Amino acid sequence: MHNKSIAELSKGLAKGDFSSEELTRAYLDRINGLGAELNALVTVTEEQAISAARSADQQRSQGDAGLLTGIPMVHKDIFCTEGVKTTCGSKMLDNFISPYDAFVVEKVKKAGMPMLGKANMDEFAMGSSNETSFYGPVKNPWNTGTVPGGSSGGSAAVVAARLTPFATGTDTGGSIRQPAALCGITGLKPTYGRVSRYGMIAFASSLDQAGPMTRSAEDAAWMMNVMAGFDSRDSTCVDKAVPDYCAPLNDDIKGLKIGLPKEYFGDGLNADVAAVIDAAIKHYESLGAEVVELSLPNSKLSVPTYYVVAPAECSSNLSRFDGVRFGHRCANPENLEDLYKRSRGEGFGAEVKRRIMIGTYALSAGYYDAYYLKAQKLRQLISNDFKTAFEKVDVIMSPTSPNVAFKLGEISDPVTMYLSDIFTIATNLAGLPGMSIPAGFVKSDGHDMPVGLQLIGNYFEESRLLNVAHQFQMNTDWHLRVPAGFE
Amino acid sequence: MQWEVVIGLEIHAQLATKSKIFSGASTAYGAEPNTQACAVDLGLPGVLPVLNKEAVRMAAKFGLAIGANVSRRSVFARKNYFYPDSPKGYQISQMELPIVEAGELEIELEDGSIKVVGITRAHLEEDAGKSMHGDFQGMTGIDLNRAGTPLLEIVSEPDMRSSQEAVAYMKKIHSLVQYLEICDGNMQEGSFRCDANVSVRPFGQEEYGTRTELKNINSFRFVEKAIEIEVERQIDIIEAGGRITQETRLYDSDKNETRSMRSKEEANDYRYFPDPDLLPVVIEESFLEAVKATLPELPDEKKHRFMETLSLSAYDAAVLTASREVAEFFEVVMAAADGESKLSANWVSGELMGALNKNGLSLSESPVSAVMLGGMIKRIADNTISGKIAKEVFEAMWKGEGDADAVIETKGLKQITDASAIEPVIDEIIANNPGQLEQYRGGKDKLFGFFVGQVMKATQGKANPAQVNDLLKQKLKA
Repeated sequence: MHNKSIAELSKGLAKGDFSSEELTRAYLDRINGLGAELNALVTVTEEQAISAARSADQQRSQGDAGLLTGIPMVHKDIFCTEGVKTTCGSKMLDNFISPYDAFVVEKVKKAGMPMLGKANMDEFAMGSSNETSFYGPVKNPWNTGTVPGGSSGGSAAVVAARLTPFATGTDTGGSIRQPAALCGITGLKPTYGRVSRYGMIAFASSLDQAGPMTRSAEDAAWMMNVMAGFDSRDSTCVDKAVPDYCAPLNDDIKGLKIGLPKEYFGDGLNADVAAVIDAAIKHYESLGAEVVELSLPNSKLSVPTYYVVAPAECSSNLSRFDGVRFGHRCANPENLEDLYKRSRGEGFGAEVKRRIMIGTYALSAGYYDAYYLKAQKLRQLISNDFKTAFEKVDVIMSPTSPNVAFKLGEISDPVTMYLSDIFTIATNLAGLPGMSIPAGFVKSDGHDMPVGLQLIGNYFEESRLLNVAHQFQMNTDWHLRVPAGFE
Repeated sequence: MQWEVVIGLEIHAQLATKSKIFSGASTAYGAEPNTQACAVDLGLPGVLPVLNKEAVRMAAKFGLAIGANVSRRSVFARKNYFYPDSPKGYQISQMELPIVEAGELEIELEDGSIKVVGITRAHLEEDAGKSMHGDFQGMTGIDLNRAGTPLLEIVSEPDMRSSQEAVAYMKKIHSLVQYLEICDGNMQEGSFRCDANVSVRPFGQEEYGTRTELKNINSFRFVEKAIEIEVERQIDIIEAGGRITQETRLYDSDKNETRSMRSKEEANDYRYFPDPDLLPVVIEESFLEAVKATLPELPDEKKHRFMETLSLSAYDAAVLTASREVAEFFEVVMAAADGESKLSANWVSGELMGALNKNGLSLSESPVSAVMLGGMIKRIADNTISGKIAKEVFEAMWKGEGDADAVIETKGLKQITDASAIEPVIDEIIANNPGQLEQYRGGKDKLFGFFVGQVMKATQGKANPAQVNDLLKQKLKA
């Protein structure tokens, strides 16, 4: 049952092959059994999941089930869930129970999908390995000695290990795509503004975007049909009609123009990863696609630009965690300043503090122009590079990450860690949709480790990305491989 | 040395929107603590601000009323600082691109001359909550009901040269925002607050002196006193060879002194940057046109109209247009009085205001409505009653004895205008006062008043005074 696609699960439930309760229990058994060692969930909402599954079954018996009614799922713990702990991977919110549901949570609930639990993540989504979580690192199901990527590492691991057919993720600089690549699953970061950010705990408001993490592009299309849409509670959400993402999945991709930015294939790219990507591109050519070499000349500025903009926004976004109204409050504060200093000092981990300090510095009087304003200008240049590129090509492809999953604890230097998102960051700065799909495997430390192929589309062209990804997946089986022990 | 005072004011006017500037919570004053603070106002994780269009409309209305440039594109910025009544750790305000720029306002000085005060800018921002240092066992309570109430911060140029000018400016803004119906102007409830930037310099010097900012002065009287005491303090320091420190000072009205809150060195670095949760506010021409159409007649326009078309004196016109409420009351009175502008002006600014003041009532609490007052004035104008009798009628109306016609009827106050009724009275008085008649005819003109008085007394004041005059003149001559 756990290897079925969302379409198959939908059909199975409709035919009565199994009930939602059976399906939900099967996933919960996997989560509590072989999934436990992955540390991929902060909270397992067993009772609520069973109760929701029963309502789904009842709904079905009354004849008003939707296509997704009764199919269980997992939310990244960055989405506020009414009555359920929402930690954002931080000690700061270890005691926080949200009084309201995020937009995405509402939509998923409305679709009738029981929530199995809340996925572990890097603290406040700041990290590329899931090692910054207050709840400890998530382990990569392909090799539990390695990281799953981050920040949506828990979501990627639960999908890869077949503990759920679908998990939500968020992507600020690669947080959906990089863990999807490292865990061998499919992840889509939609265009900025496609999915409402309401109820999604903010890291960097101008970059954050929620998206689906699934095993296949087809499953992702199903979930985009649920997640996308306008919401008046998010002023940056775009009021644009939502297409049926499933409809164009089977469109022919003959004549598709694929752009390969030379900057994404240079130094720092692991040779084995490069070989897998080359093979994947060749595969596209065999399907009738045309490859065009191109340049995104400002690519090298992406990481420095990002590490001004994102910390600047986060330094302000995280000011609300002050120990006054919710979240961690230090014991016996002596006065107001002590309350602030100790509550924040104790509640936040090292990486979060580092970014708050970088951001505070970048916004300070006398430095604002040199850092924040300059970064905004560079951001425009980076966007312009893509604009020019999309005049010539339909989709841009590259490796998602320069390496396969690295060992837990292997990278301690923050800058080295930041560079693992070198290929994904520009997409967020430009606000474009990006995707990662399984493209092959590389032998690493005796394990077959997945490699992700990144697809970048023009604004609001999620349908095309899903179509291009689906066509690849119709002709390959990388996305069907299951980590040993999780079959 | 002679010192010149330089003052600029920052006025915070709470906009009279029903809901908050970035959330749907109510802005009503006086609710139980934290009952009007929703998830957005509490700054819960994950919530986002959504701009209240009504606040934009009101700000634009203000901009148009002061002849300012209403920005076609303005930007909300975050002002970052930690304080318990600021739930997000930042205040959403406007910094580089405010919604209103470069306006001006005329104020009238004591000598009757007009002065133009420049208004640098007016920007939208959210109000903070309140810290409560009451009964919390040594701790501080926080009430976030006020958090997110829309504010228009109106920043003047340093154009004022005395505390009186500052008060005149503040009163003018206070009246204007109420005319525009964008602020209730309630200073006790904090709907209208003011900070004053004050400095002094030797007369003739162009360069400004170092200024201090006086915070949160919540009445016109305190603005005047706070500035005066601060000016004195500054002059004392400079004359004693000292220097003024640029700092924020708090005015203590009990002790009538200002004291330091924080110096420039201790000041926060607010780290302003554009709020990424909000799009720039883009104002279309059509929106502005629609706002323009809702502009009422402004105080200065009204005043000029009252002077020109109603022939009122500058003083009367100023008194009657000082607030929209009074002006509208006056216009209703005048309409009910068939357009008797001068009588209406006298009665509203004289008798009515006097009675209200004496009884500590506001205009809206007046027992005599505008229509009632107008009805009475009509009876003065058509000679049904004299001005003197009218005072009696007014008092009766004030006591709730009905409208003017009813009072005149029941009390029999109708003026006697029938000459055949007045003549016998005059004849009798002349007959009864031969001595006075002789003196009068002998050239003692002053005695005319004596005869008028006697006639009025005999008719209980009801005889038409003009007629009495005419008839008396004829008969005394004979």
